[in-house]
Amino acid sequence: MELGVIGILGAGQVGTAVARQALKAGYRVKIATAKPAAEIALLAEIITPGAEAVDAAEAAAADLVVAAVPLHKYRTLRPDLLAGRTVVDAMNYWAQTDGVIADFDDERGSSEVIQEFLAGARLVKSLNHIGYRELEVDAREPGSADRRALALASDDDDAKAVVAGFIDRLGYDPIDAGPLSAGRVFQPGTTIFNAAHTAKQLRGLLAEANEPARP
Amino acid sequence: MEIGAYSFGDTQLNPDGSQRGTSEAVRNLFEAIVQADHAGLDYFGIGEHHTTSMPASSPGAIVAAAAAATKQIKLGSAASIISTDDPVRVFQQFATADAISGGGRIEITAGRGSSVETFPLFGYDLGDYDELYAQKLDLLMTINNSATPEVNWDGSRRPAITNLAVVPRPAAGPMPIWLATGGNAGSSARAGQLGLPVSYGIIGGAPHRFAPLAELYRRSAAQAGHSGPEIKVSVAALGLVAPTKQEALDRFYPGWHNLNVEMGRLRGWPAPDKRAFLAQAEAPGAYYVGNPDEVAERIVHLHGHLGHMRHFLQTDIGGLPHEHLLESIQLLATEVKPRVERLLARK
Ligand SMILES: NC(=O)c1ccc[n+]([C@@H]2O[C@H](COP(=O)([O-])OP(=O)(O)OC[C@H]3O[C@@H](n4cnc5c(N)ncnc54)[C@H](OP(=O)(O)O)[C@@H]3O)[C@@H](O)[C@H]2O)c1
Repeated sequence: MELGVIGILGAGQVGTAVARQALKAGYRVKIATAKPAAEIALLAEIITPGAEAVDAAEAAAADLVVAAVPLHKYRTLRPDLLAGRTVVDAMNYWAQTDGVIADFDDERGSSEVIQEFLAGARLVKSLNHIGYRELEVDAREPGSADRRALALASDDDDAKAVVAGFIDRLGYDPIDAGPLSAGRVFQPGTTIFNAAHTAKQLRGLLAEANEPARP
Repeated sequence: MEIGAYSFGDTQLNPDGSQRGTSEAVRNLFEAIVQADHAGLDYFGIGEHHTTSMPASSPGAIVAAAAAATKQIKLGSAASIISTDDPVRVFQQFATADAISGGGRIEITAGRGSSVETFPLFGYDLGDYDELYAQKLDLLMTINNSATPEVNWDGSRRPAITNLAVVPRPAAGPMPIWLATGGNAGSSARAGQLGLPVSYGIIGGAPHRFAPLAELYRRSAAQAGHSGPEIKVSVAALGLVAPTKQEALDRFYPGWHNLNVEMGRLRGWPAPDKRAFLAQAEAPGAYYVGNPDEVAERIVHLHGHLGHMRHFLQTDIGGLPHEHLLESIQLLATEVKPRVERLLARK
């Protein structure tokens, strides 16, 4: 599927790195924070040249939306605007660094909590297990021996396929990890989260991680 | 260009790897600051950290003690975690140090800090992170810039202050208040809009990637009508200077390893990788580990990208033997600084 516009919610470390990488891949990029577009116009001009600074509502209307806001602010995302949208959840719950957040102090993965809140969104967990500094450095052409792989988890197969195409164009091998609940195996603290892997390695680690949990 | 150092305190290790006292670590830090002043270093920053390995929890107290024991060095926090502190108290402590210092060489650096440490310690709600930081910074600036000892302030995170004296007043006018950031673009824009000097903490990756952030900072300042000498950039980074590159690597690596093991245990990271360390310790990496020539050249190279006016290094991590810290500080002041000046003059 041909994608036009990438909308990015969050102009922090992760949001701006994804924006630059998406621009490099040839996408049109709209970037937003919770503040009015005018407040990040200069930021976008200098930090993500080529991206349009927009209001969150306009970014949310893009063909593919990347959510990269601090996790403790997830309730400031707008479920009404994101209903029906393909949304990449790049956020992480990392109590050891960011402190305990009651809503996420849970058996479930952080993306399952986000999906419950963004009930109508077609949520895909990905881009969370690569550092923002690495995203623009580790990208490789398809077929490169050292191409890094990124996992995708979603309950919506069509959305997952769309995001897989996006990840590939960003410079990474997209690997289907399964349903959204499978995102638990590439959250902070897991072997997958802790290092870079090729497609083959990532498939192996996913199989290993999912095995005991499945009947 | 000012050359400096900063520290969060570094608890020494016994030969069996166990930690020595945190009180000794604070005494060592004090001694290092006094030596830095003798050697002619321009700046010493004292962090706010709350761990047994890095116990400099009270920068205001150390700055005040150092103010009494030093003559020319600029002293500041690096940084004060104002989100979870009382800006009235922070101001009073640093203004007191300013009085003791003779005036004009005490600074405050305001940071957000790592929420996991100070939020539970001081009983604050993490959900309130941004608002707390914004309001406390505003209060600190209001007190510092007040033309009279009596201060007026109103906000939602604490009761209003109506015409109450906040003293002592700094002898040479408002103290510099820096805004510390690790590279979030919004923070650079905010520092510029507020007209505050900005301090970049660069702990990994190629430091010159901060160039667009520095440009955003300067243009945000210009847009908001701030153009004075207070619009300036400093860089805080990890590093160690020794007579030779090999000695510098050999001295710095064990502490770096220890610190990463400790953080890894807390955060579930794998064992640190020596190759990653060595890569960061070469240009264009983030660690300024080397002999005086190399460190000076790399500082000047970064200056070409950021135009920063101060570069200061954190050296004592993971139980670095105290004498290595002292030698690095000596070399920074007596060998690196003149080389930096020479190289900049040639440009
Ligand atoms: N550090 C990494 O390498 C890494 C890697 C992958 C994923 N992550 C995860 O990615 C997430 C974002 O991290 P970060 O470091 O980029 O955070 P950050 O630097 O703090 O930036 C967050 C951005 O989100 C904006 N924002 C807040 N509420 C918003 C809303 N409702 N709509 C749109 N924008 C909003 C903020 O701007 P305003 O507040 O001005 O609106 C800010 O621009 C975190 O969950 C993190 O764990 C981090």
